[in-house]
Amino acid sequence: MLNYVWLGLVVISFVVAAFQGTVPDIGEGAVQGAKTGVSIAIDLIGIMALWLGVMRIAQEAGMINMLARLIKPVTKHLFKEIPPEHPAIGSMMLNIAANWLGLGNAATPLGIKAMEELQTLNKSKDTATNSQVLFLTLNTASITLIPATMISLRVSTNSSDPFAIIGTSIVASTTATVVGVSAALLLGKLPLFRKNDPNRVQNDAPEAQK
Amino acid sequence: MSELFKTVIEEISRWAIPVMLVIIPLVAHFKKVKVYEAFIDGAKEGFDVAVRIIPYLVAILAAIAMFRASGAMDIFVSLLSPLTNLIGMPAEVLPAALMRPLSGSGTLGLVTELLNTHGPDSFIGMLASTIYGSTETTFYVLAVYFGAVNIKKTRHAVPAGLIADAAGIIAAVFVCRLVFG
Repeated sequence: MLNYVWLGLVVISFVVAAFQGTVPDIGEGAVQGAKTGVSIAIDLIGIMALWLGVMRIAQEAGMINMLARLIKPVTKHLFKEIPPEHPAIGSMMLNIAANWLGLGNAATPLGIKAMEELQTLNKSKDTATNSQVLFLTLNTASITLIPATMISLRVSTNSSDPFAIIGTSIVASTTATVVGVSAALLLGKLPLFRKNDPNRVQNDAPEAQK
Repeated sequence: MSELFKTVIEEISRWAIPVMLVIIPLVAHFKKVKVYEAFIDGAKEGFDVAVRIIPYLVAILAAIAMFRASGAMDIFVSLLSPLTNLIGMPAEVLPAALMRPLSGSGTLGLVTELLNTHGPDSFIGMLASTIYGSTETTFYVLAVYFGAVNIKKTRHAVPAGLIADAAGIIAAVFVCRLVFG
């Protein structure tokens, strides 16, 4: 899927640029984009190290497993492939809580940690499982109770009520989450996406993977 | 009521991280965990994860930057404008909505411009703010989260993420028309 999206972006950019005479701009854009990618990753190093450190402490103290047990009633329906008390559940819950509170800096490392836990259950190395897709969708459509960046932008543009958008944002992001989760669950059942489901491939051909 | 909700949530947001940073090691200490050693063991992975993400981020961000620089966005906007009229979205907001899944900083730039031109409390300002506040940058999240575990075959992640974005934007239009329209 991403192969087509990526190629599409590059080819459409070139064709449009050729017609509009902006070809040199897309070259410059590509270089800038690449640099941005690296600086984002560099900025992540410190925050990642901090939260992965704290998470390891929480894990060794059994706190992540405790969280997993707490939300078992909800997650056992959504994440059927995951054993109900797996640490992945606890990590996912922390990530989602951080998203709700608008703690972007903490949410990303916690989400990556959860993704790594999910990867330990993945029998294929490079293909996403249904649980990983579902968890990613929860993050792209994440519910935020306080959209902090937007509120500060509204304050700086002299809004008379910078917080007025909290209610509408909650409604919109909840809708996005519900629709996104349903889409992730349903699309995973389509033959197109089922055929390379790591769990299914493994079940059909237990020897082929080795 | 909404004032109270706002204050409570804000206070929780302000306290959550410091409290977690104290409570987790403290509880772990009473459970006989060697907290400093555990922290170092976990933190070691931070660098590797960040480095692992780089190729995924560079691939996505370079392609999106090319797309933005080419002016292809304007063509998409004119192609989609009949659809937005249908749901009652002002044409001015469409570029920001289309940019939302592609680029966080790009969207923030467009929204800032809208707030400056039309005022943050206008219908356009409210709608643009709601759209920005209610969804994440799908392609960025995809690159970071799947990059961290080296997943290249994303299966239905892109369509599911984009469907969620579209639903969020349409919901934003409807709820804003209801509340501010």
